[in-house]
Amino acid sequence: MEAAASYVKDGDDLRDTELRLGLPGTEAPEKPAAPSTRGSKRALQEDGDMESRAKSRPLEVDCGEAPAAKTQIVGWPPIRSYRRNSFPPRKVEAEAEAEAAGLYVKVSMDGAPYLRKIDLKVYKGYKELREAIDNMFKCFTQGEVSRKEGCSSGSESAITYEDKDGDLMLVGDVPWEMFISSCRRLRIMKGCEVRGLRTRQYS
Amino acid sequence: MTYFPEEVVEHIFDFVGSHRDRNTVSTVCKAWYQVERLSRRTVFVGNCYAIGPERVMARFPGIKSLSVKGKPHFADFNLVPYDWGGFALPWIVAAARLCPGLEELRLKRMVVTDDGLELLARSFPNFKSLVLISCEGFSTDGLATIATYCRGLRELDLQENEVEDHGCQWLSFFPDSCTSLVSLNFGCLKGEVNGGALERLVARCPNLRSLKLSPAVSVESLNKILARASHLVDLGTGSFAVDHRTDVYHMLMNSFPKFKSLRNLSGFWDASPCCLRAVYPVCTSLTVLNLSYAPAIQGDDLIKIICLCFKLQKLWVLDSIGDKGLAVVASTCKELQELRVFPCDIYGAGTTSVTEEGLLAVSSGCPKLNSLLYFCYQMTNAALITIAKNCPHFTRFRLCILDPGKPDPVTDQPLDEGFGAIVRSCKNLRRLSLSGRLTDQVFLYIGMYAERLEMLSIAFAGDSDKGMIYVLNGCKNLRKLEIRDCPFGDIALLKNVAKYETMRSLWMSSCDITLGGCKALAAKMPRLNVEIINENEETYEFEENLSDLHKLEKIYVYRTVAGPRNDAPDFVWTL
Repeated sequence: MEAAASYVKDGDDLRDTELRLGLPGTEAPEKPAAPSTRGSKRALQEDGDMESRAKSRPLEVDCGEAPAAKTQIVGWPPIRSYRRNSFPPRKVEAEAEAEAAGLYVKVSMDGAPYLRKIDLKVYKGYKELREAIDNMFKCFTQGEVSRKEGCSSGSESAITYEDKDGDLMLVGDVPWEMFISSCRRLRIMKGCEVRGLRTRQYS
Repeated sequence: MTYFPEEVVEHIFDFVGSHRDRNTVSTVCKAWYQVERLSRRTVFVGNCYAIGPERVMARFPGIKSLSVKGKPHFADFNLVPYDWGGFALPWIVAAARLCPGLEELRLKRMVVTDDGLELLARSFPNFKSLVLISCEGFSTDGLATIATYCRGLRELDLQENEVEDHGCQWLSFFPDSCTSLVSLNFGCLKGEVNGGALERLVARCPNLRSLKLSPAVSVESLNKILARASHLVDLGTGSFAVDHRTDVYHMLMNSFPKFKSLRNLSGFWDASPCCLRAVYPVCTSLTVLNLSYAPAIQGDDLIKIICLCFKLQKLWVLDSIGDKGLAVVASTCKELQELRVFPCDIYGAGTTSVTEEGLLAVSSGCPKLNSLLYFCYQMTNAALITIAKNCPHFTRFRLCILDPGKPDPVTDQPLDEGFGAIVRSCKNLRRLSLSGRLTDQVFLYIGMYAERLEMLSIAFAGDSDKGMIYVLNGCKNLRKLEIRDCPFGDIALLKNVAKYETMRSLWMSSCDITLGGCKALAAKMPRLNVEIINENEETYEFEENLSDLHKLEKIYVYRTVAGPRNDAPDFVWTL
């Protein structure tokens, strides 16, 4: 047992100077970050052997939280490439190319000089989404209100979105999960257009 | 037995079916060896580099059926570089020269070229059946030559191959005189399909029992085909999504009821829930159902169809079925023998869907379950122990917990006890894939109890060399061992070198094996090929200068009587 332990430990020291054949991206993070899935009991029992395993292990994620930004390990999960290529990962929109994590959609506000982008996956529901959007566009809604002719209450606004069929929809009608999978971009409408939308909703 | 004339001995050998038994019989004495080799009709070569094709054909000149496998299993997951090897041509060339009576060829994970297919098509006048699984390197042109020259072709079965699309005309190359097809599977083709040619082909083959279409075949085409092929037993649909307001849809709804013999259904590429309703009339007689390529079908729709499938023996689904759907499987499919649950959302946030609960339900409701492939986000020891008790008949048990190294979420313990229970209880277990957090202990159990185990796949498991040593010293029927990302090093590799000659192959990647260790292995065991796969271009030019302590990324060790192979690419060194 000791022989095995010391063998591994020696290997550990040599790691710093060796030519690794690791593929790009398979380098594990610094050792302290690694054993986050293991309970505190295990951490006490572990010796250097465990730490040295961190090099080959992937980024380990706490069991509790949803791993939104997983490091992709070559050949994992073990699914045949044929099947993997048969359908692209769900929920990855055209706008969110590079990272598989994050569902970024553009958010525009009528009258604002520039747009924002948010990651829909980060929010758990409509309430959080509204709060986030309010925060993001706070700077544009304070102060002056652009009064368009014919509008009696210029500060009304509604959050709408464009769905995958290209239709303009009011946010909040469908279950959150369904919304996330069909939302292409968000638009905060202001002024009388909003009332028109509201009226249509009730008629 | 030596007093019996050869014809009698040969007749007795006719009853000796399995490869292993025939191999054994041939070693008894020279007379038996001779009789056996001349009367052998089927040969299976599990590793194309274990023996040269000429030697096989020379020994068995009368073979009618040949099966050959090429790349190691982990090639399925992109761990083996593209041009590593596994070429089919030498086998086709040798067979053309030495076994012209060949009728059937089955290749898995091999590189097949159009030239090879043409040679195949022209060389065997009685050729009846070509099965290619997970192969690559050929195009639809190669298929056209098969269609043209293989008169009397009965089976063309292409499963999950990478086929280059050179146009849809290959189907038209089946001559009008071709009426012998019994099985046609081109589900893996990506390109356009000539619907008319397909429909005419189906119409003139009255013995057609198995037909699997590619996603490019429209529902309209399917309707026409179904109208002419009511004796089908096995159907893989093409595209399966049309607007419910169309005539095509209504025709589809009426296409299935007349199929009295249909037992297997698959395909359903892009299937929509409303189209899926079309198959309800045949569900009660289905024995095989594969919905694992239909991500648009959600749990509730899956449940609606499964409720009807009470004769089902084999079910492949996506994990959108959920634990709830699996409970329905458990209560409905009492004949179920094989279950595969694939993940819908590989990169996702673990928002689906199946947990240990689903598997528990199936294990308790389906007493005949013997083969499992299950992808999930979590598993507990308690569940595995119960599953082991419920299902002692597992022959294949592959569990993939998607988070590598994840422990039991309830107790935070490794899954050693759970898998230990599986190997202890399932005495006939032949294939096992492990996942989750595992220590050396699980390997101790495997070595002790898994007597019939033939194939073991390990990833992100173990603590030390002891783990691998337990396995090598234990499992006496082990044939294939594949390991990735485990802390096993030279000590484990070299502990029981004789074992490797009793096995087909060993794969190790991202472990702690060094060049020195491999050199030692190769020196001790000259009848093994110890291949080092080195994709790092910076180092492979300097192979002589690499120290023995250099850690190796990938090694593949296999027994062979053919010596080091002569078709190895630059990045493969055979020691």
